[in-house]
Amino acid sequence: MAHTDHAHHDDHAHHGPAPGIMRWIKTTNHKDLGTLYLVFAFTMFFIGGLMSLVIRAELFHPGLQFVRPEFFNSMTTLHALVMIFGGVMPAFTGLANWMVPMQIGCSDLALPRVNNWGFWLLPFAFCLLLSTLFMPSGGPAGGWTMYPPLVLQMGEGFPFLIFAIHLMGISSITGAINVAVTILNMRAPGMTLLKMPLFCWTWLITAYLLIATMPVLAGAVTMLLTDRYFGTSFFTASGGGDPVLFQHVFWFFGHPEVYILILPAFGIVSTIIPTFARKTLFGYDSMVYATASIAFLSFIVWAHHMFTVGMPLAGELFFMFSTMLIAVPTGVKVFNWVATMWRGSMSFETPMLFAVAFVFLFTIGGFSGLMLAMAPVDFQYHDTYFVVAHFHYVLVPGAVFSILAGVYYWIPKWTGRMYNEFWGKTHFWLSAIFINVTFFPQHFLGLAGMQRRVPDYAVQFTDFNEISTIGAFGFFLAQFIFIFNMIKCMSKKGVPATDRVWEGAHGLEWTVPSPAPYHTFEVPPYVGDDETQSLHGAAKAH
Amino acid sequence: MATPAAAPTDHSHAPATGKYFVPAPSAWPFMLTAALVTCIIAGWGYLEDHSVGPIPPIVGALAAFYIIFRWVRGVCLESEGGLYNDQVGRTYRMGMAWFIFSEVMFFAAFFGALWYAREMSIPWLSGEGTKLATHMNLWPGFENTWPTNGPKALGGKFETVSAWGLPFVNTVLLLTSGVTLETAHHALKENHRKVCIFWMWVTVALGSLFLYFQATEYLHAFHTLNLTMHSGVYGSTFFMLTGFHGFHVTLGTLMLAIIAIRLMLGHFKPDSHFGFEGVAWYWHFVDVVWIGLFIFVYVA
Repeated sequence: MAHTDHAHHDDHAHHGPAPGIMRWIKTTNHKDLGTLYLVFAFTMFFIGGLMSLVIRAELFHPGLQFVRPEFFNSMTTLHALVMIFGGVMPAFTGLANWMVPMQIGCSDLALPRVNNWGFWLLPFAFCLLLSTLFMPSGGPAGGWTMYPPLVLQMGEGFPFLIFAIHLMGISSITGAINVAVTILNMRAPGMTLLKMPLFCWTWLITAYLLIATMPVLAGAVTMLLTDRYFGTSFFTASGGGDPVLFQHVFWFFGHPEVYILILPAFGIVSTIIPTFARKTLFGYDSMVYATASIAFLSFIVWAHHMFTVGMPLAGELFFMFSTMLIAVPTGVKVFNWVATMWRGSMSFETPMLFAVAFVFLFTIGGFSGLMLAMAPVDFQYHDTYFVVAHFHYVLVPGAVFSILAGVYYWIPKWTGRMYNEFWGKTHFWLSAIFINVTFFPQHFLGLAGMQRRVPDYAVQFTDFNEISTIGAFGFFLAQFIFIFNMIKCMSKKGVPATDRVWEGAHGLEWTVPSPAPYHTFEVPPYVGDDETQSLHGAAKAH
Repeated sequence: MATPAAAPTDHSHAPATGKYFVPAPSAWPFMLTAALVTCIIAGWGYLEDHSVGPIPPIVGALAAFYIIFRWVRGVCLESEGGLYNDQVGRTYRMGMAWFIFSEVMFFAAFFGALWYAREMSIPWLSGEGTKLATHMNLWPGFENTWPTNGPKALGGKFETVSAWGLPFVNTVLLLTSGVTLETAHHALKENHRKVCIFWMWVTVALGSLFLYFQATEYLHAFHTLNLTMHSGVYGSTFFMLTGFHGFHVTLGTLMLAIIAIRLMLGHFKPDSHFGFEGVAWYWHFVDVVWIGLFIFVYVA
């Protein structure tokens, strides 16, 4: 990041970063905050990854080897909360911080101070959440979905769980409002909505989902809090309430949340594939409409997480069919990515490798999702390792691979240095192989009836569990290649990057120097057809 | 590439000055988070009966108020100092609109709980649909009625607040306050500052009166009607919905009072007064929520 010397002019428009730690505490700069978000996210990926290793180590053999069952349950619970709210979501927000202003041609996000608040809530929230592990009664162990009445039996750390979720919710809402307002209000002249890079489009729709659903989660956990401490009976049948009510409210948030975790990934992949196929993105408009359709459908499918809870038949059928409908817009997207690559001049640098792997492996996760969508079939699969395999396929080689692809793709622009391509490719192949070693066997375990969230299992599941554990450790270790590769870029070692970085890259972010100056577009740029033709091709360039 | 050529004016989002407004670095957001966490630790001590002493709640709450005051004051001074252009104004409007949408969804969670209890869980507990076995085995005597505190009559026998007493008065008060607020808004737009300030204080008074009646109603419910949060799902939804609404009215009244004081200090212009409008939108939102409460909690 370029340190500019002219600090604090009267008009507040020019200011370089303050020195030392206060730079990071006080910063209102979207690049600083993007960096903070990403560093925080990868720290959380590391912590959540360690938790997953505890889980996989325990499951290496049947019987209890390393940890107590309560602690095992804490690990599965916190692994999910840390990875979702601490890893994937902040990583996407970090990428949005860095890229949205540069892609639409403005100087910063619309509400920079709110942006700072949204970030700093997160470390505090996770300190609260993780501190429960050090309390005598232990951390939350009822699953990340926090179903009552089990979650109400948590020890004295329960308020920290609830308030940490509240803080994360405030963080997500403020971040989402910021991105939405930036995209709607700060676009440079000529950057019409349907000329925007798809990453901005998918983030705009993600922001809408966040603003609509995070308050519902806040309401759900607030009802948990009052049920436990203030005598309410929202989730108590003897008072006229219903524990299943929590599941409905939770999944009304929880299913759109699934798309919050994947729509920005769609945007990243839709940006990377045209660059390395050296072609226009196939079906830009249909990509936008498909994203919007997915967002709409995400609000009417939530109870497919609850097929075995005892819903009326009409409910089972409605949620089964609405869930299957999601395969249509998702299929549009996958076909568009494939069609973009069709007869392109393809090259396979590391970001492209991750993007192509995303298309293939995410689709596997999509297909297993289609299997789970069938209510009668789900009766067999419910709460087994098949579900674990399904959502890890969409979240790890899906969301996480897209984050890695995005970081490889844009870090030359951020730091001005190329990463090491050999180690990038090594990282990719190790990750792609080990992630399949980890999660593919879990499909078979689940179909054979192995329950999730249990530290012990029947002996006939041992072989596949051993394979899965080996894969998990291999995947974890492979990520250190990535960390060192990125640290090398950040410490200004490596080949200097050109401004355009990638031969086939289009978009405003590639018109500024590498590394991008601390304030990118202090005056709105004019957006020419050169920078948007990668989205629309010559035919649409009027 | 990106040479600042003549921009087509029809989709120009460029501010009048041609430059984006970028605020200076600020420590308030970080400090606000620290203050909130202090309050959370105090709340944890209260809920879990751990003595954390009087320092955390007092320091946390005072610090939070002070920080919010300083942060907002800074924004007001920037605005009055002419640092904002039309684009910043649009940013604040859009941000406020999205924020109110998030608040709508927050209340929707509790309205949803009320609907689910009345239309799903209570009919099922009384044996409707496919839940006959549950009903026969667990609570054979339970019937589908509303209000109810459930098959075990949690919290004991209670009565409900009549819709046509204080709640109706409160409905009239809030609806009137919406009118007085808009009267003030029109006065501001026509540059009748004194008229505007008068109607603003009338609005604050109506909001305060609403809160007074709400508190009276709560005391009446606790002491005379035996209606508390322990009164099964009726008490739960009643106090959750009216309680959070009352909290929002409190915040709204405070913000209206601050806007009135700012008007007296000479802030805002007839054609530029987002602070006023943002608070007005918030107040109307609180008003609409109350209509929903009056219909679905008190009347129906």
